[in-house]
Amino acid sequence: MTTQTAENVKLFNSGHTACAGCGLALAARLVLQATGPKVIIVNATGCLEVFTTRSPQTAWGVPWIHSLFENQAAVATGVEAALRALGRGDEARVIAWGGDGASADIGFGGISGMWERYDDVLYICYDNEAYMNTGIQRSGLTPFKGHTSTSPAGKASLGNMKQKKNIPAIAVAHGLPYVATATVGYPKDLERKVKKAMEFKGPRYLQILVPCPLGWGHATSDTITMSKLAVESGLNPIFEYIDGKLATAMTVKQKPVEEYLKPQARFKHLFRDAAGAEQVKLIQEIANNNFAKFKVEAVK
Amino acid sequence: MVAKRAKNILIGNPGTSLANKTGSWRVFMPVYDKTKCTACGMCAMLCPDGCIHGDKAKKYDPDYDYCKGCGVCAKVCPVKCITMKEEQK
Amino acid sequence: MKKVTEGLKAVAESVALCRPDVISAYPITPQTHIVEELAQIVADGKLKCEFINVESEFSAASTVLGASAAGARAYTATSSQGLLLMMEVLYNMAGMRLPVVITDANRAVSAPINIWSDWQDAITVRDAGLIMMYAEDNQDCCDMHYQAFKIAEDPDVQLPVMVNMDGFILTHAFDPIDFPSQADVDKYLPKYKPLDFLSANNPRSFGLMGGPDRYLETRYAMAETFKSITPVILKAADDFKKMFGRYSGGMIEEYRMEDAETVLVSMGSTISDLKEAVDTMREKGKKIGVLKIRILRPYPAAEIKKALGKCKRVICVEKAISLGGPGILAAELKSAIYANANKPEVSNFIIGLGGRDVKQEHIFELVEKAEKGVCETEFIGLDKKLVEEMDK
Repeated sequence: MTTQTAENVKLFNSGHTACAGCGLALAARLVLQATGPKVIIVNATGCLEVFTTRSPQTAWGVPWIHSLFENQAAVATGVEAALRALGRGDEARVIAWGGDGASADIGFGGISGMWERYDDVLYICYDNEAYMNTGIQRSGLTPFKGHTSTSPAGKASLGNMKQKKNIPAIAVAHGLPYVATATVGYPKDLERKVKKAMEFKGPRYLQILVPCPLGWGHATSDTITMSKLAVESGLNPIFEYIDGKLATAMTVKQKPVEEYLKPQARFKHLFRDAAGAEQVKLIQEIANNNFAKFKVEAVK
Repeated sequence: MVAKRAKNILIGNPGTSLANKTGSWRVFMPVYDKTKCTACGMCAMLCPDGCIHGDKAKKYDPDYDYCKGCGVCAKVCPVKCITMKEEQK
Repeated sequence: MKKVTEGLKAVAESVALCRPDVISAYPITPQTHIVEELAQIVADGKLKCEFINVESEFSAASTVLGASAAGARAYTATSSQGLLLMMEVLYNMAGMRLPVVITDANRAVSAPINIWSDWQDAITVRDAGLIMMYAEDNQDCCDMHYQAFKIAEDPDVQLPVMVNMDGFILTHAFDPIDFPSQADVDKYLPKYKPLDFLSANNPRSFGLMGGPDRYLETRYAMAETFKSITPVILKAADDFKKMFGRYSGGMIEEYRMEDAETVLVSMGSTISDLKEAVDTMREKGKKIGVLKIRILRPYPAAEIKKALGKCKRVICVEKAISLGGPGILAAELKSAIYANANKPEVSNFIIGLGGRDVKQEHIFELVEKAEKGVCETEFIGLDKKLVEEMDK
């Protein structure tokens, strides 16, 4: 058995308290494997912050700071400005992390401000599609008809009424040089995109879909399977925009949305009756539209 | 003498989470069949706890100190050399 | 060298002399000229500093928090609603022990929206863990800023400092201000040497979660720090005097209190009004003095207790109100003097909210009222006709 010791501390370490099968914990490690040690992480309040840093322990092997739920972008701005002001610009580059709630909802104003200022920060949104840390409440990135504790399915409701807020499009509209989506089921693609993002100066946005066994209601062993199905169903297209133009989109063999929805407890209300079946049709339309939009040849 | 800055509470030293042996959470444990393992490294790459280590020569092993038994490794193994077995405690 | 300068611009020039590495602020009346002037100083190349425009006060505070955590000397300024928007960050900044300096141009809080002066904004953040200084005049205010950085960055302190100046009354007043030379300020306030900061060369984690097993200790550490800040504040003023020749310090200031039977207690620019009124009343034979609270946090309980050991009557003149609660200055003052053998009557009056003029006759009126009996949160200077007509 290989034992990890204080002598071989990595950039992201075991012993964190993420749930078994957590897609986010995997994403954090993959991102740091791609960036290497010369980064400073600014982390919004949320799962990632809570499960990595319970005083006095930390899973991080890179400099890391957490301040509040909604100020990660502005704190990152301050860190980046300080490095420049102190002549330490070559020491590290700044990465801000936030969940879908911290990014699409409560912290969005600050992110828009940071993008508009064109600060040299890579912003990573880890998207597990709800406020998982507080017990699975709906966020702006909760999918259409997904059940959460604040968009519950019931006799008079079939779950979340809205489609996911299109943050990548908003990022592109801000004039970011690099905007991409990725997911843990395709680790090589994820690592390539992190490395690509680090080639650019200025604000960059990476949205990583991370399955959450607890919140999505799937087996802990299915994290990678669900991540891939999210893409294959067409509900979470994987692409990158460089200088405002669609540069690559992942081409996959399309699978019906049911294959993705059925194994997840958050969609089980859609498979009970005809009303649910109607909604599945609508979800299939969303997927089809995504396929039509992102079925592109990769450009160089 | 009072430590007024609470430095050791407010600031964490790198990788100190290693003191937290999350292996105690495990219900099912991954067991490797080394005769089948091709050392492709897929399990290590996709382990949410980053606790599978190895190389081409030694092949791969989970670190049971930290393995939470999620079963992702068994699921992603292309040659199905990992079996999840009930923990004997 | 003395130069007639507007209060806000004087603060901006003083802050620039302190050589902050990062400044981030958002415009809000009556603070705006500080940001404008600092932006111009940086634009003119007179100060090498990262000046960051942000989209809100919340982000301004967060930006200086990040900068401070990365080892920079950082500064921001705000007022009223802006300060309230910063509030969550201020608690966090203090808890993370980051020595940021903040200027607050004291202004009323909405509703109704009102851009004029009172203390309500800063009073609401007095529990956040900031050191809070209140300036009586603009020279005092400028001098506080040099000292504020020194106090905040002291290895035994490591807390944010807020310098309070009354909106318009001080912020927009032109006064002759004595600015020290850059060389002298550099000697008084050398380059900031952070103790712990974000660095790739020492990759530690900042802002960890402290559960029920550890949070209490972090607050205890802050409370213990506050208990020992007074000597640091006093030394900053003594060192300042040695370097610049004038004393601009103290936790409290006593004015004509030697034989005073009645003592008026207040803060900020109101002190000047009270001193003038006391001079008039003294001429008429009244034994009255003024006690200025210069530092609100750490609360100078011991100094107040001693200063009020002999008087018969204390009158708190307050420009903020705890609605449904006791007078804010009065409540704290009463607890400070509780153990005194001598127990003066303590009255408190609410005055000047939302920029209402504090006139000399108002001060005479409240003294007269307090002499007749103890008054609790009694309003002075109300427009009686307006009050009568309000709900007709």
